Amino acid sequence: MKIAVLVKQVPGSDSPLPINSNQSWLDENGISYVMNECDNYALEEALQIKEENDDGEVVVISLGPDRVQKVIREGLAKGADRAIHIQMNSDSIADPLSLATLFADAIRDEKFDLIFSGLQSDDLGMGQTGIIIGEMLGMSTASLAMATELSEGIIKVKRELEAGFFQWVSMSLPASITIQSGLNIPRYPSLKGIMGAKKKEINIVTPGGHDVKQSAKKVYVPQSDKQTVMIEGSVDQIVDKLVEAFRNEIKVI
Amino acid sequence: MDILIVIEDNNGKVHRMGLESITAAQTMAKDRGFSIAALVMGSNADELATQVSNYDIGEVLKLEHDLLSSYSSDGYAEAVKQVVEKESPKYVFFGHTYQVRDYVPKISAKLMKPFLVDNVLMNSDGDDTVFTKQMFNAKLYSDMIAMDEGPLLISFQSAAYSSDNAASGSASVRDVNINLDSSMIKTQSEDPFQEESGGVDLTSAEIIVSVGRGIGKEENVPMAKDLAKAIGGELASSRPVVDAGWLSSTHQIGSSGQSVSPKMYLALGISGAIQHVVGMKGSKNIVAINKDPEAPIFEIADYGVVGDVLEIVPKLSEALE
Repeated sequence: MKIAVLVKQVPGSDSPLPINSNQSWLDENGISYVMNECDNYALEEALQIKEENDDGEVVVISLGPDRVQKVIREGLAKGADRAIHIQMNSDSIADPLSLATLFADAIRDEKFDLIFSGLQSDDLGMGQTGIIIGEMLGMSTASLAMATELSEGIIKVKRELEAGFFQWVSMSLPASITIQSGLNIPRYPSLKGIMGAKKKEINIVTPGGHDVKQSAKKVYVPQSDKQTVMIEGSVDQIVDKLVEAFRNEIKVI
Repeated sequence: MDILIVIEDNNGKVHRMGLESITAAQTMAKDRGFSIAALVMGSNADELATQVSNYDIGEVLKLEHDLLSSYSSDGYAEAVKQVVEKESPKYVFFGHTYQVRDYVPKISAKLMKPFLVDNVLMNSDGDDTVFTKQMFNAKLYSDMIAMDEGPLLISFQSAAYSSDNAASGSASVRDVNINLDSSMIKTQSEDPFQEESGGVDLTSAEIIVSVGRGIGKEENVPMAKDLAKAIGGELASSRPVVDAGWLSSTHQIGSSGQSVSPKMYLALGISGAIQHVVGMKGSKNIVAINKDPEAPIFEIADYGVVGDVLEIVPKLSEALE
């Protein structure tokens, strides 16, 4: 069983998001990066499958500038066997089709049985790349996985639907599955894992050119059209003002 | 036609977000002098066609095929791809539903045409249209442009356009055909089911006290429960709290949980990620307490407090009792 896990490095939820001077993207200085949240669950799911079957290989794959090797090392430290780094100068490409093409080209010859990726990234939130790669490589696909069960060349996926519904979907391998957060409890790397990760192989791929099919023209802070009453003061003053608003304005007490 | 709207079936009814995409299409058609058609498919195609034909669109395309009677991502992607190839619209509109997220990326790959997702707004820019989407968990907006002459695949966020504004009319219905065989469908689906029933019905609550990741740890959840009790409301949460196992999924508000519109929604330590906001932005009054002044929840809040939930909430419960 050969499993690819696509991991993306994204700004952390508490990171500042400075916009660059021509408003085309962020100014990367001052951003603190982390592994995209649902990618972490995707990695854990792959590691658990490998451990349960006592056989196989988990390969973490990330696209971006050199800094993405931090999330690659994190994946290796948690137990992935090796890594592929698709090197790009910037991660400002907001085009799932061209990104998926780069991934598909880089991993086509690996013939993975499974590709796991996060459902969507916390930066762009396009939510397409894993499915497009699967389609490009002729694999079965499924999104929003909340559980997986593997047996004899078939993967059964519990998909999340809208309004609290779920559905089990079965498909033959190879398959590309996008993983929803919350389906397992991601592990922390052990000290031994961190030491061992340093010796693991990262294969660096430098892709050629690609067509861009969509791009960000302008990035900006949204202007709220809602008048928000900001309540300020000491904790006691805030509490008094809230109670006052509940009673006289919102009229719920 | 210039714009093809793909209508999603919601148990024999047009999915709410399908009606919203009709409004979006009518808005663009007015701006750019475009014609519109809507595609209905699946076992309820007849009923859907009747419903959609009551709107001001050029025509309804009705696609019936045994292999489309229940949803599969392979079947639906191939079907829509073939209709798009035959009809050559400039734009194909979808609501950004869970189903659309599942199969439309496959159409994008098949046609090598971009899919601009989850838009909250669109604006004409000469002979072109700019689509606005939220990024970085709604903290920033981005104006997106397609670098392709189309057909372009476009989806709209829930409530980006109001279904109330969809103009009515009378459209003709035309049957369309495609070539589909069972070897193209690689997945087998079981029936949809609900995991936990008999949970809290948050949809009828007048007051909701909802906790997010900002509550810090499981031990702090009872604090919010006490506040809900003190004010006579129901306790709810955002997804991260459920993922962490601090509350059961019956409490979850948002795209994968319940959608609510209470008289007051008190958001404690909730950042306001879009997946949560779509489930509560219809609330009459939104009160947000969050330590991060940049949290997107303040964009939609009627009352905002930048402060520590853990300090404010116990005192608030005390004051209310």
